Amino acid sequence: MSKELIRLQDVCMAFDDELVLDHINLYFNDKEFLTLLGPSGCGKTTTLRIIGGFMTPTAGDVLFDGVRINDVPPHQRQINTVFQKYALFPHLDVYENIAFGLRMQRRPDPKDPTGKRMVKLPEEEIDQRVMEMLEVVSLKGFERRRPDSLSGGQQQRVAIARALVNKPKVLLLDEPLAALDLKLRKDMQIELKRIQQQVGITFIYVTHDQEEALTMSDTIVVMDKGSIQQIGTPEDIYNEPKNAFVADFIGESNIIDGIMVEDNVVKMYGKKFPCLDGGFAPNEPVDVVIRPEDIDIVPVEQGQITGTVTSVTFKGMQYDIIVDFKGFKWLIQTTDYSPEGARIGIKIDPDGIHIMKKSKYSGMFGDYSSFSEEYDELDDARLLDEEESEDEE
Amino acid sequence: MKNKLSRLAVPYIVWMALFVVAPIVMVVIYAFTAAEGGFTLSHFGSMGTYAVVFGRSFKLAFIATVICLAIGYPVSYMMSKEGKRFQRVAMVLIMLPMWINFLLRTYSWMSILENNGLLNRLFQSIGLIDLYNRIFGTSLEFFPMLNTQGAVVLGMVYNYLPFMILPIYSVIVKLDGSLVEAARDLGANSFNVFRRVILPLSFPGILSGITMVFVPSVSTFAISKMLGGGTELLLGDLIEQQFLGGAYNPHLGAAISLVMMVVVVLCMVVMNRFGEGEEQAVML
Repeated sequence: MSKELIRLQDVCMAFDDELVLDHINLYFNDKEFLTLLGPSGCGKTTTLRIIGGFMTPTAGDVLFDGVRINDVPPHQRQINTVFQKYALFPHLDVYENIAFGLRMQRRPDPKDPTGKRMVKLPEEEIDQRVMEMLEVVSLKGFERRRPDSLSGGQQQRVAIARALVNKPKVLLLDEPLAALDLKLRKDMQIELKRIQQQVGITFIYVTHDQEEALTMSDTIVVMDKGSIQQIGTPEDIYNEPKNAFVADFIGESNIIDGIMVEDNVVKMYGKKFPCLDGGFAPNEPVDVVIRPEDIDIVPVEQGQITGTVTSVTFKGMQYDIIVDFKGFKWLIQTTDYSPEGARIGIKIDPDGIHIMKKSKYSGMFGDYSSFSEEYDELDDARLLDEEESEDEE
Repeated sequence: MKNKLSRLAVPYIVWMALFVVAPIVMVVIYAFTAAEGGFTLSHFGSMGTYAVVFGRSFKLAFIATVICLAIGYPVSYMMSKEGKRFQRVAMVLIMLPMWINFLLRTYSWMSILENNGLLNRLFQSIGLIDLYNRIFGTSLEFFPMLNTQGAVVLGMVYNYLPFMILPIYSVIVKLDGSLVEAARDLGANSFNVFRRVILPLSFPGILSGITMVFVPSVSTFAISKMLGGGTELLLGDLIEQQFLGGAYNPHLGAAISLVMMVVVVLCMVVMNRFGEGEEQAVML
């Protein structure tokens, strides 16, 4: 099943003198749902546009089924794109939007023995394929509606149908859910996954939303500053992040300086903790990732280390508790309430501790000193804004 | 708040009432009254006499509009593809002639097109006229260019071209680039991108360009008088004669004006109906 379809070989992209993609090596399997995940400006959209043919890489090769396609224009690639703001044709109704690609197609005339004469697709075939697609995206009965009379979610479906009707081998999706509200976004995530399985082609999905990536993907490629940070299944990426950037970007993490005393033993705060990782040099400094949900609060005397609760936030399913351990603030997610100011002990099971090699990202993430909900939201808003302004260019 | 601000529109409403609505009402009244007073339809009865003038005016305006479109659309399209700075400079150059009075501009065309004007002297010096004479066995000293229908059309095109370029350009330049990318992505080559996406989406601009060129061209009288030499009477000249000239008959003039207005409005309605679908789509 997993046959390689697209390969990026040492792809670099520079705008003016700024390197946006730095030697990207990546392959995409047939029928795979792959997500390029990263903050804005990480190069994920550029990567997508190179695959789509809207940009030519400064260096390196793009291979499709083993053939170099660097200079093949978009309309000759077996790849279709769902654009961020849908880019539906406002002068055409839903039916004609979806039929657009089919009306552009030419194929050898079956009646011509030389096979040289090209003809349009017959109207019956176009009609049948458009109707089929409308069914796939659950939009039957909307054929004659104009895009502007549809809701965001419906426009989204039209955009997907318009791309899929051409039976591409690969569908590129550039943050297609960014403009939808939360509830709709969740529904569309499941919908997209269903569509991908139904049509059985490769989806390459670009997003900065880690939750979206974890929900839908077979494979996630985490990118930052034009480089690939990690490639893996959602479980791999979440449970075994390669460096502090990945650990911080995917989910919440406490990232603590540690020393790998020996295999399966890491020292933090001067105390030894049993863990399941090995293969480091004796006494090698490392980054230790502990997910907030892997920490148990226990009475002080039973704790591996002890700290003071500095803030408690009720989140419905759990409490977000910030605990000060000798000046470094941890986030703990727990169903047990602990009042502000309380002294608590914590216990971490060996499989809750993940050890990473030191990287250029060490020390930049994982401290919750300035943690607050507003902060996070502000961050997200800014991210979105930057994304928008990037598009304007 | 809204009410207070809307009071600012009062002067304009008064202006409209005094100088747009009232004159139209007066035109209508004049058109239906005889010189001696009293209701009459006789002015419209004599309209047949002027059918030639109507035909000529609409023909020349139509030709000028087609030429303006043929020049204006490609210019607008290419301009929108260039850099911001180029666009600004080009825009100034297109607008520049409009900062000079309309009559002055037209006078300068007279001196260019005259029998011993700039163009004819140029043609003489490069031997074009001799060449023409030798080929066709004629003995011209100059090309008669002034006082022809061609000169009138030239004057219309020259004066109204910016009104074609501006609306088309402003529609094309605002066109969402991702639509073009989407079309290419879906298999459209450059020609089809233009034919299926850019052209239909620029329709509103084309429509308003056509309106803004055709309407003033139909009713122009200065251009035909100066460049046409008054030999080729146009609607504008005819109406002017009724009000200011020797033929003094304001009632007839009003009737001609009214018929012209109705025909122009009909043209516009038909055209807008034709382009309605596209217009709506882009209005969003």
